[in-house]
Amino acid sequence: MNDKKVNSYRTGPDEDGHFGIYGGRYVAETLMPLILDVEKTYKQAKNDPAFKQEFHALLKEFVGRPNPLYFAKRMTEHLGGAKIYFKREELNHTGAHKINNCIGQILLARRMGKTRIIAETGAGQHGVATATVCALFGMPCVIYMGAKDIERQKPNVFRMKLLGAKVIPVTSGSESLKDSMNEALRDWVTNVEDTFYIIGTAAGPHPYPELVRDFQCVIGDETRVQILEKEGRLPDSLVACVGGGSNAIGLFHPFLDDDIDIYAVEAAGHGVNTDKHAASLSGGAPGVLHGNRTYLLMNEDGQINEAHSISAGLDYPGIGPEHSHLHDIGRVKYVPIDDQEALEAFQLCTRLEGIIPALESAHAIAYVMKLAPTLPKDHIMVMGLSGRGDKDIFTVADALGEDI
Amino acid sequence: MGIERIEKRFAQLKNQGRAGLITFTTAGDPDYENSLSILKGLPKAGADIIELGMPFSDPMADGPSIQAASIRALKNKMTLSKTLKMVQEFRAEDNDTPIILMGYYNPVYIYGVDRFLKDALNVGIDGLIIVDLPPEEDSELAIPAKEAGLAMIHLATPTTNKTRLRHILENGSGFLYYVTIAGITGTAKPDLTPVKNALDDFRSVSNIPMAVGFGIKSPEDAARFAEFADAVVVGSAIVDIIKNNLNQENVANSGLRGRVLSFVEELAQGIKGARK
Ligand SMILES: Cc1ncc(COP(=O)(O)O)c(C=O)c1O
Repeated sequence: MNDKKVNSYRTGPDEDGHFGIYGGRYVAETLMPLILDVEKTYKQAKNDPAFKQEFHALLKEFVGRPNPLYFAKRMTEHLGGAKIYFKREELNHTGAHKINNCIGQILLARRMGKTRIIAETGAGQHGVATATVCALFGMPCVIYMGAKDIERQKPNVFRMKLLGAKVIPVTSGSESLKDSMNEALRDWVTNVEDTFYIIGTAAGPHPYPELVRDFQCVIGDETRVQILEKEGRLPDSLVACVGGGSNAIGLFHPFLDDDIDIYAVEAAGHGVNTDKHAASLSGGAPGVLHGNRTYLLMNEDGQINEAHSISAGLDYPGIGPEHSHLHDIGRVKYVPIDDQEALEAFQLCTRLEGIIPALESAHAIAYVMKLAPTLPKDHIMVMGLSGRGDKDIFTVADALGEDI
Repeated sequence: MGIERIEKRFAQLKNQGRAGLITFTTAGDPDYENSLSILKGLPKAGADIIELGMPFSDPMADGPSIQAASIRALKNKMTLSKTLKMVQEFRAEDNDTPIILMGYYNPVYIYGVDRFLKDALNVGIDGLIIVDLPPEEDSELAIPAKEAGLAMIHLATPTTNKTRLRHILENGSGFLYYVTIAGITGTAKPDLTPVKNALDDFRSVSNIPMAVGFGIKSPEDAARFAEFADAVVVGSAIVDIIKNNLNQENVANSGLRGRVLSFVEELAQGIKGARK
């Protein structure tokens, strides 16, 4: 048993928040006491049965979990290879996996006695999920969102407003996710006393990558039970899209020590060989930003580049530190999918399965479309369908040259 | 020289019985030539220590003024190598005024820590302030910098208690930079009393020189803080004068240098009169 522990891929992070050389706590001193407090509170909460119970009760009653592990029959037949299952995070309340993490973090915020919530958002899914839990607990909520993202994710912006959140447009830098994170951090240092920052992905300073992962592990934990029920064995492969990497690590982590091929799909925008993509592992290098050391897109002077993806939720020039580590040690394979491939997958999934996927999730589908046909029919593949695509119909219409 | 130049300067200030003026400008703002020309004029205008910002694309701890300065500099192709070269040109004329580089870790990390420390010492840099390196990450740069002879100036803030201060000062050196507000640069105006209380409190822990900065914008403000702080940092207010003396395309007007330096003179006057 002890040997197995030593060889486990699931032991990170270490005491200082490192996964291999990645992670850490690269934040302004003003925030440090607070970050240490979040860490302390999370350590206690993690081992408190009452916390776990409240978390899981909300996931069940409010989010609607467990969501199905769905056999994508027509997609499987169409591709003619591996047997494909979708883990249906898009059926969660608010339409994506983001809510799992928000429930966990708002419970932490309450435990710490914080009275005001801030968050950054790209696609608006995390913003909507945060605004939702704030409405649920009657807490004021401020969401930072890039001006460019506000333009391409209008339905979600209005949803946040209906939920009572204040959406602040971010006009600095590239006006997308990384700049929203900068603004949220600026708010946080200014309001350390009363504010909790609900980070939307498995990135940022320790302990965020760990706690976001832990809250998202409900995806993989359920999948494990469900696939054993349906197939009587574990899957042969897993596929998920990565922006910061929260839905992916949530699906993968419970399976890291099993003999399973794992693929994470990065957004390649116009292609990883162009300067318009968001594939930090395929096209970046290790650096330090937003509280952690991780792979980043940057120039030779260490200035962060703007990312590009058709999907706002993947449009980030970094990735969570645990993914950087899993990449370096080769446990997870990181593959690029470009805008065009994602658009095709978006349409195929909609027509074949009657499910409109988020453009983020469409990246994972596109890789399934490449991979499944090369595999035998008894190969079981589970794909994380991280969100639904209603929010993306304007972007897709635009890309297809349709006027709606 | 490194840390010794800073220590020497604080010793001189102590002898003179006054606080020092620390000015902040961003290297390469609005362009290399104008930035260097301002830099060279600072000691004569009354800057006792010079803080020079290393431009970064994502300055998370900075308000709109210094963010914009970074963007102007980067638009004009400023790099870390050019910042080092700028200090070298400054040092050819001035061997006494300490220069401290302030910025974020990523450009330094990408340049390479060992190479950076060597080059920084060679060109005449004396200390570093890296906003996103708290003591928890001292092994990255603070410890190697200290070994190389450069001061690693650490920040303390309104969220810092005495226990935390001891931790901060384990590898912090040169002076302590007390951030007067919980917040970003150039926004809220600090109240005097809590800052004074914090410094009194901290002086029971350490006798390292203590500078105060963030939100200090006028000669009058500077004078008030100079009554009790060992040095006063003014940044955004100087950067705003740079911005106000640029045309639509961010090209410097002919009066830029003069206006910046006369403001620095006023600040220095304020500080010199503070304890009279
Ligand atoms: C539906 C959906 N999937 C995936 C992502 C990417 O985030 P992560 O990599 O953290 O799962 C987002 C982000 O907004 C999203 O909305």
